[in-house]
Amino acid sequence: MPNTAAPEEPGEVHPERPPRALARGGWSRAAGLLGLVVVAVGVAALSIAIGTRSIAPSDVLDALVRFDPLNDDHLIVRDLRVPRTILAFAVGGALGLAGGVMQGVTRNPLADPGLLGVNAGAALAVVVGIIAFDVTGVSGQVWFAFVGAAVAGVLVYSIGAMGRGGATPVKLAIAGAAMAALMGSITSALLLLDSATLDQYRFWAVGSVANRDLDVFGPALPFLALGAGLALASSRSLNGLALGEDVARSLGQRVGWSRAVAAASVVLLCGGATASAGPIWFVGLTVPHVARALTGPDHRWLLPYSMVLGAVLLTGADVIGRVIARPGELEVGVATAFLGAPVFIAFVRRRRIAEL
Amino acid sequence: MSVLALRVGPVSTRVPARALVVSIVAAVLVAVGIAWSISVGVFPIPFTDVVGELTGLRRSADSTFIIRRLRLPRALTAALVGGAFGMSGQVFQRMVRNPLASPDILGVSAGAAVGAVAWIVLRDGSGPTVTFVALAGSILTVLAIYLLALKKGMSSYRLVLIGIGVTAMLNAVVAYLLTRAELFDAQRATIWLTGSVNNRGWSHVRPLAAALAVLVPVTLVNARPLRALELGDDTARGLGVPGRSPLVLAVSAAALAAVATAAAGPVGFVALVSPQIARRLVGPGPAALVPAGLVGAAIVVYADTLSRLVFSPIELPVGVVTAAVGAPYLLWLLVRSNRIGSGG
Amino acid sequence: MTEPVPARLVADHLRLAYDDRDVVEDLSVAIPTGRFTVIVGPNACGKSTLLRALARLLTPRHGTVLLDGEEIRRIPTRTVAQRLGILPQQPIAPDGITVEDLVSRGRHPHQRWFRQWSADDEDAVAAALAATSTTDLADRSVDELSGGQRQRVWIAMAIAQGTDILLLDEPTTFLDLTHQIDVLDLLTDLNRERGRTVVCVLHDLNLACRYAHHLVAMRTGHIVAEGDPATVVTEDLVREVFGLDARVVPDPISGTPLIVPIGRHHTAGGAPVGAGGPDVGVDPTP
Repeated sequence: MPNTAAPEEPGEVHPERPPRALARGGWSRAAGLLGLVVVAVGVAALSIAIGTRSIAPSDVLDALVRFDPLNDDHLIVRDLRVPRTILAFAVGGALGLAGGVMQGVTRNPLADPGLLGVNAGAALAVVVGIIAFDVTGVSGQVWFAFVGAAVAGVLVYSIGAMGRGGATPVKLAIAGAAMAALMGSITSALLLLDSATLDQYRFWAVGSVANRDLDVFGPALPFLALGAGLALASSRSLNGLALGEDVARSLGQRVGWSRAVAAASVVLLCGGATASAGPIWFVGLTVPHVARALTGPDHRWLLPYSMVLGAVLLTGADVIGRVIARPGELEVGVATAFLGAPVFIAFVRRRRIAEL
Repeated sequence: MSVLALRVGPVSTRVPARALVVSIVAAVLVAVGIAWSISVGVFPIPFTDVVGELTGLRRSADSTFIIRRLRLPRALTAALVGGAFGMSGQVFQRMVRNPLASPDILGVSAGAAVGAVAWIVLRDGSGPTVTFVALAGSILTVLAIYLLALKKGMSSYRLVLIGIGVTAMLNAVVAYLLTRAELFDAQRATIWLTGSVNNRGWSHVRPLAAALAVLVPVTLVNARPLRALELGDDTARGLGVPGRSPLVLAVSAAALAAVATAAAGPVGFVALVSPQIARRLVGPGPAALVPAGLVGAAIVVYADTLSRLVFSPIELPVGVVTAAVGAPYLLWLLVRSNRIGSGG
Repeated sequence: MTEPVPARLVADHLRLAYDDRDVVEDLSVAIPTGRFTVIVGPNACGKSTLLRALARLLTPRHGTVLLDGEEIRRIPTRTVAQRLGILPQQPIAPDGITVEDLVSRGRHPHQRWFRQWSADDEDAVAAALAATSTTDLADRSVDELSGGQRQRVWIAMAIAQGTDILLLDEPTTFLDLTHQIDVLDLLTDLNRERGRTVVCVLHDLNLACRYAHHLVAMRTGHIVAEGDPATVVTEDLVREVFGLDARVVPDPISGTPLIVPIGRHHTAGGAPVGAGGPDVGVDPTP
């Protein structure tokens, strides 16, 4: 696959020197990760403490420690904010992680988890659920979204893997784009044929973690956990794939298997995330770029960083979404893109872009 | 590879035989497609009558109005929009050297979408004003992305990343607007968003044709550096491609997409798949801008006809059909070929 | 060869850097016209950086590169491309293109939008294919070729460009010895037959000595020595530039300096180390 990076200040080619990363060396990367986790915890705390309704910090603490079921504020904290925070964390982490894996497998920095048609499949399944099975509640939609994501992912992967070379980055990318377009068009057709469905769907499509209690999240959790496990376990094989198939094979890696496992993890993570919160676009694409600038291309660090950064981004965006649009709320899908994009752009402007 | 060299005095050009054949066949297909599109509808008109009407050989009062006022401008819009998207997509895929590249990266669709949806939802807009606002949205967005990416010179990579960021932001705005809209407006906006040539009349065709009459030659003339750019920035520079050159090319290709999006909404998959199809038909060497444009035109014209046939009398937006038809075809190509060109 | 030869390509007090990292500080060099110049040096000494600056691919922070007496920055890049060609390291060819197609792209600086394929272009491509013995590969796909064949095809593209000056960045890396010799012999042909000025960065010091008329030895951004290899390459130079202990003997085939490294397992006198007995006269390599 041709080199997609345009080196504006290229240097001598040194096969043994990795691209410059802000944090080099195991210690500084570990320290960085720890720092990020601290930030994440801080953001989670903010998420529990802040909302459309002002609740004093001491009350928030009380709600967590000395829960009083008759106290409205306590109910809000425990039944709304805590689940919401957990959900935002999990979804953000899943999307960030999936993005890192996707870009590693396809070796395409423009790849995003939606590339395997996962978002499109989930959306189509949700629409089918609404139209054909009258599934209007979120807890029902979760299952449809999940199945749709999984089916789409498997289809795309199978098609991409046909023919010589197996599921090469290019073939996966093209297969994914084609399937996503196909499913998207069927979705649009169905939406336009039935206005009631459109009405339901547009609220799901914006991406939100509000009003999702843990009943919704519960079913998705095992899949998310499995997906995360597979993704993190794929770190080494992704590093190998980055060297190119031939080198990877000669190092004893089973390329086809690695790709399949990575793709499976993406499907599980994205399927679970989309099922729980609706399609959220920005995170999976951009978080890995930021993470890569911090850690370099080693996936053993890149993936955990992506995961934590994704969680921070999504949760933070959700918090800001609650604050900015008082007394209403800005959905997290909107907030993430709207707030994350300027940061990402500033970031791209500053750094020499570390190519994959 | 057989190449025809045409020389007249100091003027010379080189036309790869395959590209020429593909272009001619595609052009014929487009013409036939337009005629077929006109003959199809709630009020069917015999094919021969259509041909007669268009060539001026035979007129019948009944069908003249339908042909000339309603269906011809619609079919022409479809062809022009498809051609613009196809050519624009080819330029971007070659320039960025990535098969996923499309003018969407520069924010063309997203900018147009924000403009159109905002106008429909907030101002209850319709018709040509939507087109105009969409175009304005596109242009402003592309400018903004370009300016944001400008930093001691341009890096196409940085441009693409920033384009993606801005596009994501604008798409979020569109999703937000859709949730805050009246259902009826949300429906109209959704139709626009999928890409449609319904109700496109001469007021759409004329400006579109005029714009293409300027943009297509400009793009073709400035596309010469593409073959050098494909060899990598260093080699291209060594072959004398000035840093500025991609700018003019990118602008005219973006303008092609912007104009097409303004006219028919983001029939986006056309820009992605036409270059791929053209490439497989023509081979990897030539830049194949004209074939890609003609393939795009054919896709949209036939898709529009199908969109009126499939659920007759309900008309689906053409964007639904282009994706439904283009995508499986691309998948079939993918499955069939043993060795996939990686898009230059 | 000590007569002064006019230089068309000159670097004057160059300072080259990436981001905040200086690679070359205050370097001046004049590339002798019509000669085969080779730039050598250890990794990260700035040799590729210098070559790229000479090819105007890199803007110097300070100082200028002059082509035919003019600042290269001020000459329109198309004009430069008609006089000076560069073959970068590991060039990219789009998948599936044919040899003939790739070589024809070298004609770009001579073409205009209305003059896309003149008779001159056709002749130049045919001549370039003939010069590199790749005429029978013309319809083959570039990715199917072996490393050596591919490199010859890239050189054919550079030849088709029809420039008097040709810069090549490590054209022999990743090639086996046979093909390295093949490429360097080809470049020598180009230099002798048309008087083309050839400038190469090579990593193999012995090949550099054999083929170069003019050797430029660099270390950490500075030129340590330049001139005729026979005069310039001594054991001291090798030690200074590469940190390598070696003996320099005349090459039995070409007469040019042949560098024979000593290493840790041998002595300067030839006895292997560690076979028993005291070490004899071995300088520990740094």
